[in-house]
This record gives sequence, structure tokens and C-alpha cells, in this order.
Amino acid sequence: MLDNCRVLDLTDEKGFLCGKILADLGADVIKIERPGGGPSRNVGSFWHDIPDPEKNLYWFAYNSNKRGITLNIETADGRELFKELIKTADFIVESFAPGYMDGLGIGYSAISKLKKEIIWASITPFGPEGPYKDFKDSDIVVMGMSGTMYQTGERDEAPLHISMPQACLHAGADAAVGCMMAYYHREKTGKGQLVDVSLQQSAGWFQANAIPVYELSGGILRRAGAFRAGMSKDVGQRQVWPCKDGYVFFNVIGGKQGAKVLSALTEWMNSEGMATEYLLNKEWDNFDMFSVARDEMAYIQEPIGEFFKTHTSKELMDGAVPRQVSIGPLSSMKDLLNDEGLNGRDFWKDIEHPELGVTLPYPRQFVHSSAEDYSTRFRAPLIGEHNEEVYSSIGLSSEEIITLKQAGVI
Amino acid sequence: MDTENNEGVFSGLTILAFCWAVVGPLTMKFFADNGARVIRVETSKRPCVMRASGPYKDNTPNLNKGGYFNYYNSNILSLTLNMELPEARAIAKRLALECDIFMENYTPGNMEKWGLDYETLKKERPDIIMLRQSGYGSWGPYSRLPAFGMVLVPITGLPNYIGWPGREPLPVGVSAYTDCISPRFATAAVIAAMDYRNKTGKGQLLDLSQFESAIYFIMPGVLEYAANGREPERIGNASEYAAPHGVYPCKGDDRWCTIAVFSDDEWKTLCQEIGKLEYTEDPRFNTLLNRKKNEEELNRLLGLWTIKRTSEEIMEQLQAAGVAAGVVKNTADMYEDPQLRERDMYWKMEHPEMGQFTHLGQSFRLSETPARPYRPSPLLGEHTEYVCTQILGMSDDEFVTLMQEGVFE
Repeated sequence: MLDNCRVLDLTDEKGFLCGKILADLGADVIKIERPGGGPSRNVGSFWHDIPDPEKNLYWFAYNSNKRGITLNIETADGRELFKELIKTADFIVESFAPGYMDGLGIGYSAISKLKKEIIWASITPFGPEGPYKDFKDSDIVVMGMSGTMYQTGERDEAPLHISMPQACLHAGADAAVGCMMAYYHREKTGKGQLVDVSLQQSAGWFQANAIPVYELSGGILRRAGAFRAGMSKDVGQRQVWPCKDGYVFFNVIGGKQGAKVLSALTEWMNSEGMATEYLLNKEWDNFDMFSVARDEMAYIQEPIGEFFKTHTSKELMDGAVPRQVSIGPLSSMKDLLNDEGLNGRDFWKDIEHPELGVTLPYPRQFVHSSAEDYSTRFRAPLIGEHNEEVYSSIGLSSEEIITLKQAGVI
Repeated sequence: MDTENNEGVFSGLTILAFCWAVVGPLTMKFFADNGARVIRVETSKRPCVMRASGPYKDNTPNLNKGGYFNYYNSNILSLTLNMELPEARAIAKRLALECDIFMENYTPGNMEKWGLDYETLKKERPDIIMLRQSGYGSWGPYSRLPAFGMVLVPITGLPNYIGWPGREPLPVGVSAYTDCISPRFATAAVIAAMDYRNKTGKGQLLDLSQFESAIYFIMPGVLEYAANGREPERIGNASEYAAPHGVYPCKGDDRWCTIAVFSDDEWKTLCQEIGKLEYTEDPRFNTLLNRKKNEEELNRLLGLWTIKRTSEEIMEQLQAAGVAAGVVKNTADMYEDPQLRERDMYWKMEHPEMGQFTHLGQSFRLSETPARPYRPSPLLGEHTEYVCTQILGMSDDEFVTLMQEGVFE
């Protein structure tokens, strides 16, 4: 859909996902790194544990479908080349510290004067203004400041971080939304604008019902370990249940939906001789999570827990689907690659990494469009892989390209 | 009522939405907050689970007083239709065909039952854009399985990354965490589809699975398994390549701070700030590898310093010195957060049943066309008459007759 758009993506890991989403929608996304490759090629782990910037798995994960060039924007030549490239671009996406690009004279304020239709997404830890603007970030710090971490973990222990970094993904996805809004506006009016995304705000945007609970009652939702916080004050609603070969997630809930699920589950348990008299006689339609008593919950949860322990997570998922019972097995990474639901939608696509002599599995697409095929096309770029084709397309001769390479500009 | 002249990127667009829980409203919000007229179909026969969820204003269960619902539905119009009745289905279909975008995130099967599936609508309007956004996609082996975020979180594997070594995996504390993921992917795709239609005249069906889009949030883990055969391990608050890196107890009831040190310079600065410069020479802590080896002791010693101070003091002091550190913010801290306030994350508006009530604002800022709070979340069916008479052009008599037949329940 975005086949005629070009994106210059100068982000580090804070913003990879933005360009990835635009690339997946068909845009020509050119990743711009410093000569030798950006430091974000050292984030996370490596193919076969070989610490080589060309083998970084985090880089692979979020830069497929992008081309890649090198450019040192701290040199005069680099800045001129950047301005030339901007002439061909619709979007700039960057995640430098506030003020960095302005300091080089190629920030949004300068560039938007040269090209008023440019759309510029800036992804920063906390925003370009405000009391935290110069704060140092890392995922654990930002997630701590976004409300999620305080509620995660055991009640009487330290809050827990999700060790797979998340804040940058919320921000990257938001930046893509902002870019598309700005693009829609530009196509109507001819005017570009700045999309200002902060990791803290994007990561903190969704806090379930925490804010209204606080505003209406003054209550602060606390950590509840394997249980769910906030429904009944005294009765734990278990979320994480051990099964034969791992864990499944399941909630005993009330309401119409809960009644449907709990009746179906009871029937299932009964077919295997594991439903208790209590469960069989329970009137689920009148079951309410807000008024449930502690022993009532125990009578419900204990036999369910016993039932789950006699089955593997796959058996539970297979049994849950036809009965429309919402059980979520905790998937391992292997499970995801073998997941019947994903494979039934042809989700994984093997993409070649010729340099490694292997293929690796990538999501084929995040959306099925009936108009066009948006399957992932190619792996993340090598360092400077497309220097020749991109720089020659803006008029540089082979000799000039060699000179700039020798001078450390590209 | 001024429902037509909202400014913003999507001013002039009309969207029909059959939306449920949180995924639907977050998607609608992106459009409604930026000027689109978003008509959400509801029914008192089966109100959205959010309308029937606490907390309630004055602790009184009431479909119009739910804090959870009202937090997420600002700028949206509510049309009630009892879809059991053919007249209601006809109204819904007419709106679906006349509006600019039709979006839904019900469990697949409902739209088909009501004759609102893409194939049917396309026959009458070839350039229709329809977004479907269910838990597992509108087709495929799991398509008929009802989904909600608390189950989607484990099925995407995220809890493998939450917990202490050797102990059970834990859920993300913000329940239904994945609910905020697919709306962003969906919105980007819908806007691209509108642009595509403007340029080619072609509409399309966009089908998203909340499960699939959430996998983008753990993709490095999938590649780690595919490349190296390694499954995630629970590592508490540690980082493989940083120490100290964790959450530390602070002065007060359940108060905590984060500290993350990624370089020797930052380590030296931290040692200076806590008055223990000798740690930089200490054979237990002088290098990253030694700090990783003695991480437990390092964390314990650092905790002795943090426990005597408030998390705010620690954040201010260490950040001023150039070390990444922050308050682990609870909801009260989030509500008061000066940075988020400055960035307009919350919109306080007068709601007819809630009084002064905080609605969720936008998660980012557009410099020239900012999202705006135009109106509080709708009462159930608040805009039914407006939609029928002003948008569909029904006469008052026709409207009253249908109302008496129960079409708008």
C-alpha cells in the first residue's frame, strides 16, 4: 500500500519497529547507520553466539524488509548527503537524544523549512521537553516509570521487569501510527509534521483499569503474583496453573462469558470423571467474582487445578478449542513455531540468510490484506549493503562513493 | 449537538464499529481522537464487558457509571441496536455500506450471522474497507475460540520472561497486556488502506490476529530459539550484560527504584554517588564480569543505600549524575506524573454520570494536528437518535416506530 513511499530510518533499537511496520506495508525503508554499523547491532544475542554485528538476532528481528546504508551525519559531507536523501523521502524516523540532530543543523526545524511536506518521527525516552527530558533510560527504568512493573511480581517481593525489552516496541508501534496519521494529513493538505513519541508514554498508555480504580476509590493496584489483582479484595483469582508439562493460564470469571466457560469446563472434567459434585451442582449463571467467598473459590479452583495437572498444555489447548474454553497454554518459543493456529494461517515464513547458509523463521505479515500480498520479502540489511545502489540513485559516481568510503563518511 | 465538526486528521470521516472490550476502543480512539465520527454499535441486551466491569462511580453498578469503560471511550458515539431484529440488522448494514471504514473485533461468526461479513458487503460496495481484529484472526484453526488478553499473554510466550530463576512464570501485572498491541498495527494498516483506496479506488478486507501481532513483541526470543536452540530463562530483574541492573527497595511502604549501569563510567559515577568509590577497586565489583559473578552481594549492598532514601530522591540524584535510575511508579505516581501530564496523556472531562472524570488521552503527539478531547465517553445509546435522524435521515415517526418495536434496545 505504501509502495511509493520512502522512509529514512536512523533509529537505534528504540525505534526499529516503526520502520519495520512501514516496510511491511510496502514502503521502501532505508536504514541509515554510522560507518561500521550502529551500536544497536550489539543488543541481545547472536546467531550461534558469535558476537559479530552481522549476526545480531535483535537486529534481524526488527529490520527485515529494510535496505541499509552507512552514513556519518557528523561530517559535512554526510550532512549534505543526508539532505540529498531527504529530497527523495517521505518519512524520517530517528531516536537520537533530544536536540542532537538540531545541533548538527539537520533537525526537524531546519529540514522542515527545506521540505515542508516531510514527516518526521522522533522517538525519545521521555520526550523532547518536560522535567525528565534529559533522563538516561534503559528498558527496566522506563518500564518502571510506566506503571507496568509495579504491578508485576509477587506481592511481598520486588516488582519484576519483563526481561524481553518492551518499551521500545510500544514506542515504535506508536511512531508508525503517528507517521500514518501524518501521512494521511499530508496527502490531503501537502503539509508534513513532527510525530513526537516517548517510550515512557507509549509504554504507560495502557494500564488496564488502574487509573479509574485510583481516581474513583483511591485504591492502588498491587502485585498479585500468579493471581489477578483487583477483582475481589480477599479472594485470589488464579491465573497461572501448573499442567503436566508446563503451565497454562486460565481465569475463573463470572458473568455470562464466565458461565459459558465454566459450564463447558465442568462438562469436560466430568467426561473424564474429574468434576466434583460441587462443580456439577453449581449455578454458574449466578456466580459473581465481586462477591465470591474464599471457600467457594477454593471449591472451584482446586478440582480445576487437579484436572489441569493431568493434561499436557497441548491436550488442554486441543480440548479448549472445540469447547470454546479460554485456556492459554504458556507457549515456549518452540511451541510458537509449531503452533497449529499460527501454522493454519501460514504465519511463519522462512527467509534466507545467504551469508549464514540458513533460513530463519519470520512473521509473514501482521495483517492479511485482500488487496495485496504483504509477505516479508527479505532479511535485515548487512552493514552498508545498499550503499552502491542508494548513493548512485541520488547521482553519486562510483569514484565519489569510493572517496566517501575512504574518508569514513559512508 | 456538535458531532460533525471535529478538527483533526480524520475530520469528515465516518466509521462504524462493532467493538468489544479494550482492543476495539483503543483502535476507535486513534480515529475518534483525531476528528473522525466513530459510531460504536452497542446493545443493552448484551452490553460490552467493560460497561459491566468495575470500578463504578459511587460503587453503584450501572452501565453508564463504569470507570473501566468510560476511561477508554472518549470521543466515541454510541448507537444501540438489538441485532436479533431484522430492522436493526438492516440499519447496521446500511451504515456499514455508507461509512468510510467498517471495523469489528467480535469473535468470528457474529458478522457472518448478521450478514455483515466482507463478501456480502463487498457485493454492494466494492470499495469497502473492513477491519477485522479478533484474538486469533477471522479464519484459521482457532478463529472461533473466544479470546481475551489474559489468555493471549501466555500464548504469546511473554511470561517466560517474567519471574525469578527456578520459580514459576508470572503474568504481566497490567492484565490483558496484549490489548494495546494489535490496535496500533491495525490502525497503521487501516490508514494505509484508506490512502490506497483514495489513489486506486480499491477497497479491501484487513484481517488481524491479536495473537499474531503480539508475537512481534517477543520476536528476538523466537529467533534465539531458531538460531541457537535456546528457550528463554527467567532471570528476575537482571540483564545479561549489565550490573547492577535491578529493582531496589526504598524508604516508605512498597516503594522501589530501578538502577541500571551499562558502562565502567556509569559504575564509577554510581560508586561516587553512594559514597563507596572503593567498590571500583574491589575485586568483587571492579569489572562487569566480577559484578555479574557477585551480583547478589552487589544488589544487597546497593539495597542498603537505597532503603534509606525515597525513590524520588534516588531518581533525581542518580539521573543528575548521569546514571539511569527511576521511580517504580504505582498508579498514584502515574496519575500525577509531571512528564505524562505535560504530554497530555490524561483528559479530564465532565461526564454526565461520572462528573469530572479522567479519560485516557493519546500516547504520542502530532505537532500540527494534535488529538483532542471533544466529548466524554458516551452513555449507552446516547447518540442513537442522532445517528438515525441526522446521518440516516429517518423521519421522527419512523424512528419512534422502530424504537417501539425494540430495535434500539
